[in-house]
Amino acid sequence: MGAIDTLLLIVGVVIKLVVVFAVAMLHVAYATYFERKVIAHMQIRLGPMEVGWHGLLQPIADGVKLLFKEDVIPAKADRYVFMIAPMICFFAATSSLVVFPFFEGFNLGPYHVGGALANINIGLLFVLAMSSLGAYGVVMAGWASNSKYAFLGGLRSSAQVISYEISLGLSLVGVMMLAGSLNLTDIVHAQERAGMWNFIPQFLGFSIFCIAALAETNRTPFDLPEAESELVAGYFTEYTGFRFALFFLAEYMGMLIMAALGTVCFLGGWNPIPGLEKIIPGGVWWFLVKVYTLFFMYYWVRTTLPRYRYDQLMSLGWKVMIPIALANIFLTGLWKVYFA
Amino acid sequence: MLVELFFFYFAAAVIGLSLMVITRKNPVHSVLWMLLLFFHIAGLYLMLNAEMMAAIQLIVYAGAILVLFLFVVLLLDLKKEIGEEQYVGVWPTGVAVAVALFTLLLIMTRSFVAGPHGNITIERVRELSHPGVVGRAMFTEYLFPFEVASLVLLVAVIGAIILAKKRIKE
Repeated sequence: MGAIDTLLLIVGVVIKLVVVFAVAMLHVAYATYFERKVIAHMQIRLGPMEVGWHGLLQPIADGVKLLFKEDVIPAKADRYVFMIAPMICFFAATSSLVVFPFFEGFNLGPYHVGGALANINIGLLFVLAMSSLGAYGVVMAGWASNSKYAFLGGLRSSAQVISYEISLGLSLVGVMMLAGSLNLTDIVHAQERAGMWNFIPQFLGFSIFCIAALAETNRTPFDLPEAESELVAGYFTEYTGFRFALFFLAEYMGMLIMAALGTVCFLGGWNPIPGLEKIIPGGVWWFLVKVYTLFFMYYWVRTTLPRYRYDQLMSLGWKVMIPIALANIFLTGLWKVYFA
Repeated sequence: MLVELFFFYFAAAVIGLSLMVITRKNPVHSVLWMLLLFFHIAGLYLMLNAEMMAAIQLIVYAGAILVLFLFVVLLLDLKKEIGEEQYVGVWPTGVAVAVALFTLLLIMTRSFVAGPHGNITIERVRELSHPGVVGRAMFTEYLFPFEVASLVLLVAVIGAIILAKKRIKE
């Protein structure tokens, strides 16, 4: 490969990175707006209405406000760890974006533009590895703040994330077995070939995945780390201004990653709903429709269910979810041996 | 050229970060430096085209084992810990042993002979993908050691449960 080709490759990668990051951030910002609107309408309220048409500019106003707030670091805090913790959280959530295939890919002159930034063979493992790193940011934030609310929130969160990560990983094993690959693009293609999206043969896996994804992203009914009635705001109690915004962004980015993972592994990725391919062909829009459907489920669950108690959360995770996920792997294995 | 540059960066970083881990007074900081260390080791694996190993390194060591370390460290009385003398009295002996071991290894590398090639060639890895090759080798050729290792882990799990279980009073 010549020097010019290498340069083109690097420039191409940087452009793709910037585009994906910018688009994802915009989606994250508007996911908060979508959440407030959905919850408001479920509770027969209007939600944000003042900034822009039907409050459409609200997320941008919120962002600007957080940017201009004073950045407070508590006097007894561990300064460096306190400053690094939100960055770890945000980095861990965002870096998973590089392996997701958003569409099939297209040819631009002699160059092929892939649907994923990095089409690697261990895509699924990469996502799991990165999502497990988020726990560091949370527990470090809790410890470095030198506040008992933050510390308890951090401990709760890391224990919860570690427990539910097991069932999350196990629920995806069935998908790996059906596709015979860890590559996310291959997983989508396998569903295309089978003519059936994974949530039908893997309905057990899909249910486990949805519950574990709620726990993994600290959402209601598993939002004990941020239980405001007991812990103020949990691990980010002492954070202000943009550092607080980073935690907030990391949480919503985590939701986006989990929704994208569900879309790719269980809902057929960028493929259209069977029967509709004549009207709207497959592409990134289908991917977005599915991601937002899963987002809507997050909000729906949040408005419907009360918070779990800590021991209920733990016994659900270890005594119900993990055995069912293991049974699902066993059943998938049997199915592969006898029918496939 | 670029590959050597990356290798030297990772190698130097691994050594530097290891030193940071053992010289910090605050154990929480040690754990954080160790997290960075694990990332660089994963980078070394990636340079060897062992992408599966790199991912496992991050999931198992960074994602699970180090988090448990962190839990234990968080339970320490840090104020007391930081005030205490950092190294035990015999550390010069330890350094001497380490230097001797390092010299021995350095001498031994001169008589290094490359082993015979196995049946898992680069072409096969390309064909089956890295996780595929590891899985096949583990469940066919090395099935017995794999099962033995699983049994040992199972024993450890049961032992941990028995130790942690509350004694029920009759």
